[in-house]
Amino acid sequence: MSELSVKHLLGIKYLTQADIHLIFETADHFKEVINRSIKKVPSLRDITIANLFFENSTRTRLSFELAEKRLSADVVNFSASSSSVKKGETLIDTVNNILSMKVDMVVMRHPNPGAGVFLSQHINASIINAGDGAHEHPTQALLDCYSIREKLGDVAGKKVVIVGDILHSRVALSNIFALQLLGAKVKVCGPKTLIPKYIEKLGVEVEGNLQEALEWCDVANMLRVQNERMDISYFPSIREYSQQYGVNKTLLDSLKNEIVIMHPGPINRGVEITSDVADSKQSIILHQVENGVAIRMAVIYLLASKIKHHES
Amino acid sequence: MSQKVLLNETEVHIALHRLACHLIENHDTFHNTVLIGLQPRGAYLANRLKSILVNDYKIKNIDLGYLDITFFRDDFRRGGKPLEANKTQIDFLVEDKKVILIDDVLYTGRSIRAALTAIQSFGRPSGIELLTLIDRRFSRHLPIQPDYRGRQVDAINEEKVKVCWKENEGEDAVYLVS
Repeated sequence: MSELSVKHLLGIKYLTQADIHLIFETADHFKEVINRSIKKVPSLRDITIANLFFENSTRTRLSFELAEKRLSADVVNFSASSSSVKKGETLIDTVNNILSMKVDMVVMRHPNPGAGVFLSQHINASIINAGDGAHEHPTQALLDCYSIREKLGDVAGKKVVIVGDILHSRVALSNIFALQLLGAKVKVCGPKTLIPKYIEKLGVEVEGNLQEALEWCDVANMLRVQNERMDISYFPSIREYSQQYGVNKTLLDSLKNEIVIMHPGPINRGVEITSDVADSKQSIILHQVENGVAIRMAVIYLLASKIKHHES
Repeated sequence: MSQKVLLNETEVHIALHRLACHLIENHDTFHNTVLIGLQPRGAYLANRLKSILVNDYKIKNIDLGYLDITFFRDDFRRGGKPLEANKTQIDFLVEDKKVILIDDVLYTGRSIRAALTAIQSFGRPSGIELLTLIDRRFSRHLPIQPDYRGRQVDAINEEKVKVCWKENEGEDAVYLVS
């Protein structure tokens, strides 16, 4: 079996196409495992994983924790709000303290872009980036592509539009990298203020009109409007945003193709998509969540296989 | 590298039929018995046995599943590249059933140990038996022995037992490669 080309999962941009295919094939097996009556395998019995969340998260943290437990790893959780970070401890100190408790792998979410890369240069453990600021969220992109592959058979050649707040979105950037690596065509769509300058340099097209974008695509990935990251007003009102860039059932039904609707969660119902769209047959939002566990199991398993076993 | 024939096509044929008859002796109509082939190589043997039971001995409704033990192995991260997982497909309940684990070669017994753990994820069988085509004597790391064996073989550690199947390698034969 081939191995991953990397020791850490810091971002999609460090992966090869072969890496992603390997992760998908491994995830296929784990998806079967998590549908058994006993959803656990003993592979990672002697691995300890620390989940360091310097930023809030429900889904991703739960998903990682479940993945780790289903691989039988020992898990320690840490969230910044209840820790010594508040007392002024540096990132390296925090992590080194945790590592001296014999932790083999670190799953980290951090508000600063590049936190994972920085850490990987200073500590000796496998690192999985669970979101670093507006930079990357690689496991989300992997599970999104995996869900597209599951629904449509393949990612190559598919047309995907990412709608909404591209500027503040790590999901968008990781998705663009992953989709392109797998041979999909990508457009982004949203208010001009929420589209980063020079995004065309990544090889994506910008489409201002949502209807046109949806007519073009096979899959629409609807991003959340990240109010918490908006220090200024990027659009006049939520109401105006949802009128121009929100998908409702009428719009969805007016399209000539039956497109797939995705959302990385948490949904602002009635803003990016209405409830009847989120709960419609075309939506694979809950499949994304289920696949998230399988994908994370695959990533953790493959990275753990590169950690040398030490005879004690 | 030299290879010696341990079983030729006729001998494989006889061994398979003898194993099938032995299974019928103990499991009659198989109404409460399921066959589980261990991936990847045990699957060929399991398929073959099922087809003999169905076609030659007219036994109907035999449940056959395939079990992959990759994630249950005890040598993860201990040298070598990670092994490729195969598909697990068990479309029936094993709860209170008699399970017959099927593999081509029994060597150290570690795969069977892994399979015994893995099968628990699918329920609590009333009993588990082991069938192997080749039983390599004197090489066990664990106290595991087959209930049904095609042929017992004495092979030293450096030697390898290779089982070939018509559907995969183009012939039915067992070789000792040294």
